[in-house]
Amino acid sequence: MSYTISLTVNGDRRDVTFEDARVTLLDLLRERLALPGTKKGCDRGQCGACTVLVDGRRINSCLTLAVTLDGADVTTIEGLARGDVLHPVQASFVEHDGFQCGYCTPGQIMSAVGLIAEGDVGTDPERIREGMSGNLCRCAAYHGITEAVLDAARRMTDDKTRKSA
Amino acid sequence: MSDILALAPRFGSNSGQSLTRRDGVAKVTGTATFAADNHPDGLLYAVYVPATIARGTVTHLDVAAAKAHPGVVEVITPENRPPLAGDPDSKPFMFAFRFEALQNNTVRYANQPIALVLAETFEAATEGARLLNPLYDAQQPRMGLDGDAPFTPESGGLGLPGTTVHGDIDAGHAASAQDIDVTYETPEQYHNAMETHAVVAQWNGDHVTLDIPSQAIVMQRGAFGYYFGIPPENVTIRSPYLGGGFGSKAIINGPQILAILAARMTGRPVKLMLSRDQMFGPSGHRGATRQRLRIGIDTDHRMTVLDHNSLATTSTFDTFVESAANASQGLYAAGALRSAHQGVRIDAGTPGPVRAPGEAPGSAALECAMDEMAYKAGIDPLEFRLKNYAETEPGTGKPYSSKALRDCYAQGAARFGWAGRPLAPRQMTDENGMLVGWGMGTALFAAPMFAAQARAVLRPDGTGLVETAASDMGQGAWTALAQIAADSLGLPMDRIEFRSGTSDLPDAGIAGGSAHTATAGGALHAAGTDAIRRLAELATGDPDSPLYGAGNAGVIARDGRLHARDDDTRSESFADIITRAGGAEVEGKGSASRTAEASAAHAMYSHGAVFAEVKVDPDLFQIRVTRLVGAFAAGRIINPKLTESQLMGGMIWGISFALHEEARFDQRTGRIMNADLAGYHIPVNADVSGLEVITVHEDDPHVNPLGIKGVGEIGITGTVGAIGNAIWHATGTRVRHFPIRIPDLLTGA
Repeated sequence: MSYTISLTVNGDRRDVTFEDARVTLLDLLRERLALPGTKKGCDRGQCGACTVLVDGRRINSCLTLAVTLDGADVTTIEGLARGDVLHPVQASFVEHDGFQCGYCTPGQIMSAVGLIAEGDVGTDPERIREGMSGNLCRCAAYHGITEAVLDAARRMTDDKTRKSA
Repeated sequence: MSDILALAPRFGSNSGQSLTRRDGVAKVTGTATFAADNHPDGLLYAVYVPATIARGTVTHLDVAAAKAHPGVVEVITPENRPPLAGDPDSKPFMFAFRFEALQNNTVRYANQPIALVLAETFEAATEGARLLNPLYDAQQPRMGLDGDAPFTPESGGLGLPGTTVHGDIDAGHAASAQDIDVTYETPEQYHNAMETHAVVAQWNGDHVTLDIPSQAIVMQRGAFGYYFGIPPENVTIRSPYLGGGFGSKAIINGPQILAILAARMTGRPVKLMLSRDQMFGPSGHRGATRQRLRIGIDTDHRMTVLDHNSLATTSTFDTFVESAANASQGLYAAGALRSAHQGVRIDAGTPGPVRAPGEAPGSAALECAMDEMAYKAGIDPLEFRLKNYAETEPGTGKPYSSKALRDCYAQGAARFGWAGRPLAPRQMTDENGMLVGWGMGTALFAAPMFAAQARAVLRPDGTGLVETAASDMGQGAWTALAQIAADSLGLPMDRIEFRSGTSDLPDAGIAGGSAHTATAGGALHAAGTDAIRRLAELATGDPDSPLYGAGNAGVIARDGRLHARDDDTRSESFADIITRAGGAEVEGKGSASRTAEASAAHAMYSHGAVFAEVKVDPDLFQIRVTRLVGAFAAGRIINPKLTESQLMGGMIWGISFALHEEARFDQRTGRIMNADLAGYHIPVNADVSGLEVITVHEDDPHVNPLGIKGVGEIGITGTVGAIGNAIWHATGTRVRHFPIRIPDLLTGA
């Protein structure tokens, strides 16, 4: 049996057909939609490497069956930059060395974008650490990650303030 | 150090700058291609079936059921597995370990592969693997450090540490005024790189292309060729990025071989990516250790003896004994020194190198024992270490190539605020009533070198090309090696192209032993220097060049030009020199390794000092590391930003060792009970705050021409002991096993 869902991925709305109800969003992205930027670290929601935004919320794409996402709006790491202009969180990760091997990085960045959007942590490093603790980093770049999220959160808040002023 | 760098140490120098990672944008945009991101046309997905017993034989697999599942293409078992040219149970070269590639029905440990299922989709392969429903003839597994009688491994080679004795151990014991005799235990630990082992294999005739994370790209080309009966040049390895390695990706394992074999068998590309639980089995781990330390001191607190004996688990079918006791070599000036090792064979996979092999568990036990000795002697633990500071390598008497450890102690202690620390435990509390403890440990890691080659080319447009098959597993090779290469050519970073990460390039050696920057960087430096030498010959021998007659020694390369050394106004651009000489590229070649003479002349180590503060809840005994200050001296620092990240990562591995990591084996079944990232704890972001790294200046004229030591592993050493000691200092409870957990403090065990 095949399934067709309507999905917006990184701004492109498309009908996606797949043949298997067991397909997760992660494997749909990686193996069927040629978007391998989202990474598989554990395939059971324990590491956060597969974090993407679905309708603006950060989720573990490995725990989400694709068939449940008809009509959803998905943002992956590939959809964050605007052309050559990096998203503030991406730029901040480079600047603060918020990664080493880079494998958990797409998930860290999507999680950080989601976290900042949630609006609960502000620029409190302790809350950022807590809010980013669903994303494991075995290289242990946590210091840089926290600094990067903090800096990006500040910059994005400043931008918002400027725009509304 | 070469003339070029010596004479132009700063101008245009890329080394020493905190450049951001050159692969940074690729990594934050999801365009950095890791092995499993590849998706060639006609791809088949492979899933291996892991043994669910630890010892015995497979008696039945329901192949028919698996094959009947829609999408399943092939099931490989020992019945139909095509032959390999190389025997998986042979050990044909260094870094070769025995592995399971369906050569028979025997199960040697839980999670070893017992079949491979190939399907059109990952989902079908996964279901097919489940449908095989293996039946076994299971035997009682041998588990734990008391699982079998200890044996003494023959020494020499990877994982065969042997015994080293300097001085008279009995006399050292007899001469002591005070002593301790303590035993520490450390658990099995698994690398758990975020990227699990993965391979995409494609055959074209008798040539195979492998997208595979590799810590030893050129070496593994030959190794894979051996098992498949093809020459090394018929193997192409593409490994531009590794999602972490930590030692596990230098050694070939069974699942990789099976995936490559499956690709040849089916004539289609095959992708295999291990699931997280499968990372607890066929790809190495750190064996458990039980370490007995006996330390004696005289009335002046000088060590008369340091006697370190370690027992470590290894497998029943191969030998890798964690060289934990060797951590006591090279550090403290004990009158007599012994490092002895034994192994015990259990029904687990063969251990292998895990970040800071030997040193991590060895340092954990040693640094805690040092703390115990200091407390018994009634002196400050830092003072005790200074009292036993080794001016030359203990035992051998060799001078150190450099050793800024005193500066590490001083700068780390000052930054941490160590002075005034009460000697007795349980003296400090914070404003919330938390017990506060301070502990410290010395960090030490050898500074070896492997062998590497590199090539550098100056092009007619004045740009440079440099290449060596280095591995970037997060340490920053793409950036730091390019910095070295650019300097060797006297070019800014944006005017060189750096090729790396594939097996058709010169051998960069192994990315391990904290030696990659020194080794591959040394080769790049030599290659660049050679290219500049050839370029200088062209210029100084050409009457039309302003540098004519300047002589080879009289020219330096700087910012894309050669300058006469004694007259800066005489210079010519690389492009002009090459163009006038006919426009042919100028090629230089270089290599790096350490000679036996150099090894004999000096003892070479990176050093450091780590200071830890912990806070422990007096009622609930929750433990928090609240501050961690590490001061490290590691020779010349190529990129301070990346170095700080590496050292912090190592220190967090130290937190992990001290408080989190432990694989727990079910003693009845031999299976690991916490083989996932929910049960096998590693630190999360919220576990890490108050981390500080100081890089202490150190010039080393002996270690290699660039003066580089390593920073990849030393951060773990020292840190584990510092945290263990801080917990004791906070609570008064000395825990002699790792990780230290709440129940240990509740019971005072």
